[in-house]
Amino acid sequence: MTPSLTLRAALVSILIFVTFILAWHLATRGIGAVQQMDPEYAKLMGVTATQGKSAMPGPLDVGAKLWEHLRRPFYDNGPNDKGVGIQLAYSIARVGIGYFLAVLVAIPVGFLIGMSPLMNKALDPFIQILKPISPLAWMPLALYTIKDSGRSAIFVIFICSLWPMMINTAFGVAAVRKEWLNVARTLEVGTLRRAFTIILPAAAPTILTGMRISIGIAWLVIVAAEMLVGGTGIGYFVWNEWNNLSITNVIIAIILIGIVGMLLDLILARATRLVTFPE
Amino acid sequence: MSDKFISIEGIAKRYGTTTIFEDLWLGMRRGELTCVIGHSGCGKTTVLNILAGLDVPSDGAVIVDGKAIEGPSLDRAVIFQSHALLPWRTVMGNVAYAVSSKWRRYTRAQIQAQAQIFIDLVGLTGAEGKRPSELSGGMKQRVGIARALSIEPKIMLMDEPFSALDALTRGTLQDEVRRICLTTGQTAFMITHDVDEAIYLADRIVLMTNGPGARLAEIVDNPLPKDRARADVHRHPLYYAVRNHIIDFLVIRSKSFAAEMTGKPFDPRHVPVVRPGVIENSSTPDAAARVA
Ligand SMILES: Nc1ncnc2c1ncn2[C@@H]1O[C@H](COP(=O)(O)OP(=O)(O)O)[C@@H](O)[C@H]1O
Ligand SMILES: [Mg+2]
Repeated sequence: MTPSLTLRAALVSILIFVTFILAWHLATRGIGAVQQMDPEYAKLMGVTATQGKSAMPGPLDVGAKLWEHLRRPFYDNGPNDKGVGIQLAYSIARVGIGYFLAVLVAIPVGFLIGMSPLMNKALDPFIQILKPISPLAWMPLALYTIKDSGRSAIFVIFICSLWPMMINTAFGVAAVRKEWLNVARTLEVGTLRRAFTIILPAAAPTILTGMRISIGIAWLVIVAAEMLVGGTGIGYFVWNEWNNLSITNVIIAIILIGIVGMLLDLILARATRLVTFPE
Repeated sequence: MSDKFISIEGIAKRYGTTTIFEDLWLGMRRGELTCVIGHSGCGKTTVLNILAGLDVPSDGAVIVDGKAIEGPSLDRAVIFQSHALLPWRTVMGNVAYAVSSKWRRYTRAQIQAQAQIFIDLVGLTGAEGKRPSELSGGMKQRVGIARALSIEPKIMLMDEPFSALDALTRGTLQDEVRRICLTTGQTAFMITHDVDEAIYLADRIVLMTNGPGARLAEIVDNPLPKDRARADVHRHPLYYAVRNHIIDFLVIRSKSFAAEMTGKPFDPRHVPVVRPGVIENSSTPDAAARVA
């Protein structure tokens, strides 16, 4: 009997992972002394020059460093030396606030657009123009008007989360089946009650799909935004460690960004499943 | 005309230059079940939607109980062809939604109690917690019927309520709808294209010609007694006369009705009432009755 698909897939995943780590290890390991030199000079040059060791850290270096970080995620030794947990928390908080504000705006406006063909047509040109603007293009304007780097980053998150949610909400609301609306009409259900008892549950899966796209984009953008504004956050951490020439830390940050992004997506995927109804 | 509970008065429906129907007149008495039979696309659903208040006629009006209708009302319940259940609600949730819409001040317990009565009535006891996706077609349609009845409407409007069901389920549900309509004294308007269903359920069967420009050609006065039983329907001496008359209409005359009528007077306000198989003694008040 062949093992289940999940099991076989897991085996293949592990195989790919091990191969990758092994290749990485082989590619970055030292190959012994490359040339004879004065030991004093060799000390100055470091292992990169003397041992043929790649400047790129190997998996073991990264693993060791990661362990170090995970043991002390929240230490705070001043502005340029904070635990990676603190930096991630800053980023997540910014994304959370900007995203939450975007939800507050996007869903009501999306409802309006979806329910009113007039507003749909009237707002369409604005959305079409505003949507393709890279969220980072707003940054100078935000810094100039808000005059606070942290809040500017939040604003950028707000702006980039807005569009997918708004467009999906409008689409979901406009696509609510006529027959469900007719049920509400024959029962003389008022506008507000209809919005909450028919349109919202019917459009919820589409709205949540938009929210899931938005959280993905927000997490992509926060790293870039924090690189620009500096100070705190995982994006700033990446940039700071690059300036420190600590490639190991950069790699660790990349891995952590990936994991947090995956978790955020997972949460929204769960929520989507909760509101999805089988027909 | 005071015996007309529902009165369709000269309604028309046009989309651009296409006239689906115009100058449609029909009266229905209280407690009567009227079936409309006609081919697909002739405008039956449009008529029903206008009666429900979901659609507005391009011309004319519908008077119910002395008042022109303006939009949907809780007095007129609709059983939709596609059952139109809310898939995110359970059986109880769907019926309770209707109950709570009618009686806004009911407590949760009162709502559930009222909903339960009608869930039991359609034989869905035990399935209250199921979602529509877990139900068979027949069960879904039962929920639709329970939902419509739970608001205790004065009029039931049914758009081919059984057409998506298998023959066995259809029979059972027809029996139930008939029983419920009789016991509650419902006035009902039903669309079908099943001849036997019309004969079994209806007091009067309205024959509608093909569109565009569809007309109500005739009203067949059903000779079957009010307390008919399914098993005896086909034994009635006039059953085959009625059945053949309707089938003859659907197969041939629904297409050629306009041609058939050219030169003859046709008053859309007084649709001829026919009693197939009966030799008329000209005492019919409605109009010159035709004999098939
Ligand atoms: N929005 C619309 N625009 C144009 N024609 C329509 C529209 N809705 C319905 N019709 C036409 O009206 C006619 C009657 O439709 P309907 O009442 O659903 O027929 P039935 O229920 O008898 O099958 C059909 O021929 C259909 O094509
Ligand atoms: Mg129809």
